[in-house]
Amino acid sequence: MARPVNRISPFNITSLALGLAFLYLPIVILVIYSFNASRLVTVWGGWSLRWYTEFFNDRAMLDAAWMSLRVAAVSATVATLLGTLAAIGLARGERFKGRSLFSGMLYAPLVMPEVISGLSLLLLFVALNAERGFWTVTIAHTTLTMCFVTVVVQSRLASIDRSLEEAAMDLGCDPVKAFLSVTLPLIVPAIVAGWMLAFTLSLDDVVIASFTTGPGSATLPIRIYSEVRLGVKPQINAICTMVIALIAVVIVIASFASKLSSLRGESAAPL
Amino acid sequence: MSARSIFARPARLAAIAPYLWMALFFLVPFGFVLKISLSQTAIAQPPYVPLFDLTAGWAASKAALAELSLDNFKLLVSDSLYISSYLRSIFVAVTSTAILLLIGYPIAYGMARLPQRWQPIAMMLVIVPFWTSFLIRIYAWINILQHDGLLNKVLLALHIVSTPVVWLSTDTAMYIGIVYSYLPFMILPLYATLAKMDGALIEAASDLGASPGRAFWLVTFPLSLPGVGAGALLCFIPIVGEFVIPDLLAGSGSMMIGQTLWLEFFTNKDWPVASAAAVVLLLLLIPPLLLYDRLQRRTLRGGS
Repeated sequence: MARPVNRISPFNITSLALGLAFLYLPIVILVIYSFNASRLVTVWGGWSLRWYTEFFNDRAMLDAAWMSLRVAAVSATVATLLGTLAAIGLARGERFKGRSLFSGMLYAPLVMPEVISGLSLLLLFVALNAERGFWTVTIAHTTLTMCFVTVVVQSRLASIDRSLEEAAMDLGCDPVKAFLSVTLPLIVPAIVAGWMLAFTLSLDDVVIASFTTGPGSATLPIRIYSEVRLGVKPQINAICTMVIALIAVVIVIASFASKLSSLRGESAAPL
Repeated sequence: MSARSIFARPARLAAIAPYLWMALFFLVPFGFVLKISLSQTAIAQPPYVPLFDLTAGWAASKAALAELSLDNFKLLVSDSLYISSYLRSIFVAVTSTAILLLIGYPIAYGMARLPQRWQPIAMMLVIVPFWTSFLIRIYAWINILQHDGLLNKVLLALHIVSTPVVWLSTDTAMYIGIVYSYLPFMILPLYATLAKMDGALIEAASDLGASPGRAFWLVTFPLSLPGVGAGALLCFIPIVGEFVIPDLLAGSGSMMIGQTLWLEFFTNKDWPVASAAAVVLLLLLIPPLLLYDRLQRRTLRGGS
C-alpha cells in the first residue's frame, strides 16, 4: 500500500484536461461533420444522414466492410485461442527449452513496423503458393493480434493468487481441472478484453492487409485509405463514424460481459 | 514450489500450438525476406529469381545459395535515396519520441496524482482512443488541418493569422499525426511506474527540505526512468518504420524508410530491393528491440 501522493496541483489538472481534449476533439469533430448535409466538407449545411445512405448504396464499400468484419471476427477468435494458450505457457510453463525465443516471438510483433511484418508474410504466402485473399489476411492478422492477447492474458495470470489452484488440487482436482475450474473463470475478463483488442486491431489495419490481400478482396481500411489519399470526402466521415460506433458497441458489450463474469468470479471465490 | 511445477507440463503442452504458429508465420517469413533480399530482380510473377524451393532438398538449396548476391544491399548503401530515408526515419522517430515524452509525462503525472478512485477512469479515457481506428484518427486530422479546415478557421477568426496556413503535406502535420497516434503508448507505461511510486518518498524529500521541483527531479523522475524507457521504445521502434502517417500527412519531398519500402514493393515491383530495405530496417531495430525485451521481462518479473 503506497501512501497516496494525491496533492493534485492546477498544473496536473490542466495537463490532464489538455491531454484528453487533444485525444478526443478530432474524433468528436469527425463524428459531427459526418452528419453534415453539405457536400463541401468544411461548410456546415445542417444535419443530415445522406452520407450514411450513400454508404449503404456503395457496393464496393459494403463488400470491403463485410470482408473486414469477417477477417476481424475469425482472426480475433483464433488469436484469442492461441494467445491465451501462449499466455498460459509463459505464465505457468516455468523454464522450458526455447522459452526466450517463444517470448521474443510474441513480444517483437507488438512493436515491429508493419511494413516488415506485411512484407515477410507476403513472401511466405508467395513461396507457399497460397492464393491471396480472405485467408491470407486472416492468418496475418491472427499472427499480429495473438501477441496482444498474450500480453493482456499473461499479465492477468501473473496477478492471480496461485494458492487458489493449489487449494483446488488439495481438494482432489488434477492440475488441468484445477486450472480450468478455478483460474480460467478468473481470467475470462482478460480473455474477453484480448478478443476485443484483437478485433479492433484487425478492423484497423491497412499496411499488413495491403501486403497480404489479393486482387478483388480489399478490406475496409484499404478502401478508406485509397479514398483518403484523394482527399476528404463526407462519405468517409460517415463510414468512420460507423466504425467508431461499432467499436464502441464492442467495448461496451465486452466490458459489460467481463464485469458480469468478474462479479460471478467474486461471488464464487468465498465458496 | 513443487506443487506449482506440476502445472508446468500441461502449460508447456498448451504452448505448443502458439509456438508452432509463431515459428511458421513470424520466424520463417524472415528467412524468406533475407533470401529474397539476396536474389536478383526479375520481370516475372513473382518478380524475383530464384524461388526458394523447400522440397528440393539440400543439394538444390546449396546451388540456390551460390546464386545469392549482395547487389541489393550495395544499391541501398550507394543510393542516396535510401540513405536519406533511413536517416530521416531515425530523425523523425527521435524527434517524435522526444515530443511524446514532453507531452505524455505531464499527462501521466497528472493521472497518477488523481484521487485513487478516478485513476481507472482516467486510464480508460486514455485507452479508448487507442481502440478507435488509427486510420480514422489520422483522417480526422486531415479534416482539421486541410486548407479550409477547422484549425485555419479558428486561427483566422482569432486573427492569429491573416491568410490560411498550409498544414497538410508538411512535417508539422506529420508530427501532429504521430504524436496523436502514439500518445497512449507513451502515457500508459509512464503512468504505470508513476502510480506505483510510494508517496512517502516525496514526503521524505520535502521533509528534508527539498522544494517540490527539486523533489521531482531528485526522486520522482529518476524512479520513473523504467517507464520512460518503456514508453520511449514502445514509440520509437514502430515510428521508425511508420508508413501511413507520413504518407498521408507529410509532404512528398522526403520519404521515411517505410514509404521507400512501400514504393519499391507496390510501385516499382522490386521485391528484392524492398526485402533488402526491410532487412536493413530490421538490423537497425534489433538493438532497441533487445532493450525493450529486457525491460519487458524485468517489468513482468516485478509484477508477478
